[in-house]
Amino acid sequence: MQIALASEDEGFRAELAAYIEAECDATARERVRRGLPLEKADYVDWHRKLARKGWSCPHWPVAVGGCDWTPVRHWIFETECGQACCPPPIPFGPEMVAPVLWTFGSEAQKARHLPGILAGDIWWAQGYSEPNAGSDLASLATRGQRKGDRYIVNGTKTWTTMAHWADWIFVLVRTSSAGRKQQGITFLLVDLKTPGISLTPIVTMEGGHEVNQVVFDDVAVPVANRIGEENQGWTVAKFLLGYERFNMAGIPEAQRQLQRLKAIADDQGLMDDMRFRARLADAAIQVQTLEATMLRLLSKAAAGADPGDEASYIKIRGTEIDQLLTELAVEAVGPYVLPFVPQAGEAGRNEPAPGPDYAAPVAPTYFNTRKVTIYGGSNEIQRNIVAKHVLGLTGGRARV
Amino acid sequence: MFDFEPGEEERLLRESAQRFIERDYGFAARRLAVASEQGWSRDIWRRFAELGWLGIGLPEELGGFGGARETAVLMESFGRGLVVEPWLASVAMASQALALAGNAAQKEALLPAAMRGELLLALAYAEPTSRYDPAHVATRARRLAGGGWRLRGRKGLVLNGAAADRLVVTARTAGGVAEKEGIALFVVDPAAEGVAVQGYATNDGGRAAEVVLDGVTLDAGAMLGEADGFATVEEAVDRAAAAVAAESLGLMATLNEMTFDYARTREQFGQPIAGFQALQHRMVDMFVALEESRSLVTVASGDIDSPDGDERRLAASAMKAQCDKAGRKVGQEAIQLHGGIAMTDDYAASHYFKRLSVIARQFGDLDWHLERYAALAL
Repeated sequence: MQIALASEDEGFRAELAAYIEAECDATARERVRRGLPLEKADYVDWHRKLARKGWSCPHWPVAVGGCDWTPVRHWIFETECGQACCPPPIPFGPEMVAPVLWTFGSEAQKARHLPGILAGDIWWAQGYSEPNAGSDLASLATRGQRKGDRYIVNGTKTWTTMAHWADWIFVLVRTSSAGRKQQGITFLLVDLKTPGISLTPIVTMEGGHEVNQVVFDDVAVPVANRIGEENQGWTVAKFLLGYERFNMAGIPEAQRQLQRLKAIADDQGLMDDMRFRARLADAAIQVQTLEATMLRLLSKAAAGADPGDEASYIKIRGTEIDQLLTELAVEAVGPYVLPFVPQAGEAGRNEPAPGPDYAAPVAPTYFNTRKVTIYGGSNEIQRNIVAKHVLGLTGGRARV
Repeated sequence: MFDFEPGEEERLLRESAQRFIERDYGFAARRLAVASEQGWSRDIWRRFAELGWLGIGLPEELGGFGGARETAVLMESFGRGLVVEPWLASVAMASQALALAGNAAQKEALLPAAMRGELLLALAYAEPTSRYDPAHVATRARRLAGGGWRLRGRKGLVLNGAAADRLVVTARTAGGVAEKEGIALFVVDPAAEGVAVQGYATNDGGRAAEVVLDGVTLDAGAMLGEADGFATVEEAVDRAAAAVAAESLGLMATLNEMTFDYARTREQFGQPIAGFQALQHRMVDMFVALEESRSLVTVASGDIDSPDGDERRLAASAMKAQCDKAGRKVGQEAIQLHGGIAMTDDYAASHYFKRLSVIARQFGDLDWHLERYAALAL
């Protein structure tokens, strides 16, 4: 797709490209290009450099530190950073809790929390899932018991991504068991240094440590850290999930994945294989189609429409394509996906891996990417949402 | 960012096309037209001419307007109405080829009459064994002493071939079968001696013909010589591929609406079948298939008008591949989710399904477009 830019936009693109070239850490970019995991410092360093230009959270409202950009500018920014393999945006603070803060937070809460996110000083984690509350999130059992000006929180959150890097966590707690289970949930902000919080790493099948179990044992949280009213947390939670879905399309990463895949296929001589070529072309068209869909929804959003539940199908397709690409990479590498290379590609590892140098991260990435159709509301849940809220497909007696 | 907002002309076209299909193109009248000897309605064709639709995608200096985006808008509405009148064959393909390769006199002689609805055209490029390769031309054109031509060969699956007043025919003046060089286009009067046209119905309610050219004599002015023959046909076929991709949006949208409405009202086991999750998720996938196809067609249609041939080829192949996949899914699922009723000839869904199935075998199938896309993009 060729998109002609006006000269001032072209100027912005050039300024951004030059800034990336000068300031974005080359080692981190190389890791992104190769599809290797990043360290916390890689994310934070780039975030802070963007903050120096006022670009760390461009999609925020201008009043709280966002950029007064046209949709074209946002598109240029995301595309340029993506193509240059900059570390991706930090998800939980800028993309998740910040919209909650500016939508539901008090002035004091906004002033207290947004600047730290904007500057890259505070890392957030998301305390949603529990051992017995996965797809049925509203059945969560972590309790918040009101005692004076505090909630005493007890319970266990799990699959908490990057909690070991985090300073704060936003959690859903049960403050009432009356009425429907969605009605007794409250949204709290918790400082992870509060006494009574303990973290246990969960090692996933590829050998990496991204997720954790977080246990709350009589953790005292000030009532002032509550977002919205008590027992109204489900509204906040659903709002946040909408943002999460929308951000999960991962177009730049899909495009990089395609590039890596082509390079592997070339090296393996697979570009002469009609069957593989056809599947690669099919995958490339799926990425192109997803990008077109993303542009269409962004353009709707720019016109003031809330992408809302339609974002669910972006999540469905983005994650399906992600899995398709990682699986094709495994297939392209072939037998040399077998060697297990501990901490594949991590900085400081000296010993050369057996097989081609691109092979080591391919299987771990495939393993790790199985998560994407599960997290953020499994794709089955997303289909329920679209069926019910977009298509109006419901059971019971037919309604007119 | 891509401009998803249509321009004024495009918006007006969409409104008038939608209005026409809703008010004036009922399923019952269509069935009567399909069952008639000709297979479609001359009255409707005159309406197309009055509405200016016979000039869409053609050069402005000849009275045409718009490009691939306008074609897509019109074709989407045609999909909703299951339109059988030969707009694609006569306007998007044959008139387009004439506009691309004809000289001023040739265009002046044919295109204004075609745009007024007085002259029907067909592009005879395919042959019985050419499958999807427009370079596969065995029909020969031999130059005669005195400057004329003699054509000998067979053309197959000529859309609108039986009703056309003029055929635009590919024939080889040089080179071997399947070579891109040596292909020329000729305007042939089907009433001329040596031309035999055998018309037939197609599985989607349309009409096509097999054409035998048995030593047909043409004068020197019958050749369209202003552009390379293969390049012209390739572009016309790409435009047709993009057009039917857009048509499939209307077909899929209609099938989805029919299916979801049906599921909301059809009761089994004491409740509407829309309440069953096994069906809900399949309907979501039908919806997503359509939405994605619509996004791609909207964004990529502009590239069909690109002067860069590879950009056009990539866009056409991406659109056709995506819409063929989506159309197969939506079509098959629509029948399954309806159950027995959709198997019947009386129920419109079966006709939409058949049109989607035919589109999948026109102007390059999924495999053909994936291979071309791979060759250009990977």
